[in-house]
Amino acid sequence: MNMENMPKSLKTFPREKAFYFFTSIGNYTGVSAASLKEFVEKINEVNVKSLEFHLCRGDFEKWIGETLEDKELAEDIRKLQKISLTGDALRNQLYLTVSKRLRRLAAQIGQPQP
Amino acid sequence: MKIKNNTLTVDATDLKILKALQEDARQTYANIGKRLGIAHSTVYDRLRKMERHGIIKQYTAVVDGEKAGLKSITALMTIYTDPKESERVAEELSKTPKVLEVYASLSEELLIMAKVVAENQEGLHAFIANSVAPLPGVLRIRTSIVTKKFKETPFSITNDADKLHL
Repeated sequence: MNMENMPKSLKTFPREKAFYFFTSIGNYTGVSAASLKEFVEKINEVNVKSLEFHLCRGDFEKWIGETLEDKELAEDIRKLQKISLTGDALRNQLYLTVSKRLRRLAAQIGQPQP
Repeated sequence: MKIKNNTLTVDATDLKILKALQEDARQTYANIGKRLGIAHSTVYDRLRKMERHGIIKQYTAVVDGEKAGLKSITALMTIYTDPKESERVAEELSKTPKVLEVYASLSEELLIMAKVVAENQEGLHAFIANSVAPLPGVLRIRTSIVTKKFKETPFSITNDADKLHL
């Protein structure tokens, strides 16, 4: 598959479109993700408070839906928001959800599965 | 008042004029002259020179936003930066109208400190997430929202310890 046909969710975005992890209003952790692949890696690294902060605000859903244009994954994230997970349970569930989607997208274009 | 190499050096009379002006910028040259025991034309000439040399930057109104009914929040950002990029981060922040003040400090790490205003918390977060965090060289950011202001004054001639006894 050439780059033009690659799903947007597998692309790497410029820094102004990356996702920046905060722990609260205005408090940036220094962790960012410029692609879905990076995003799934950072889920395991970042302070869990940051995951709680962004999930509660709907920031993940917004970035994935609007920037990556992956409506399916955005909907899965929205469902996670509804079940009000916190702490490591949230981290694990978020990681599973995003990594599963990433594997599926990679398989679609015949890339080695992460 | 002396001019050397196109740089104006103020003397005690200039400082007295500036002090009077900082107390009330709307008073007349005659009034300032009368208070200081000098001619109003002297006041006028010295003020013009200080304006031309940028010692007096502007005449402005200090507005109490709260009393004027303007709803906004103020926050103080501490931005930890890569030393190679800190100057550029500070310059970029300085271009933004939402950012009122920008300072650099070399403590344990190289920091940029900035005072920022926004319409509300959501606006503040959006600004930091979309315009500050993505700047190259920004390592992390700590932000404190101001909940109560105890004092805020612009620089005054009387803040300079050496000039206190005019």
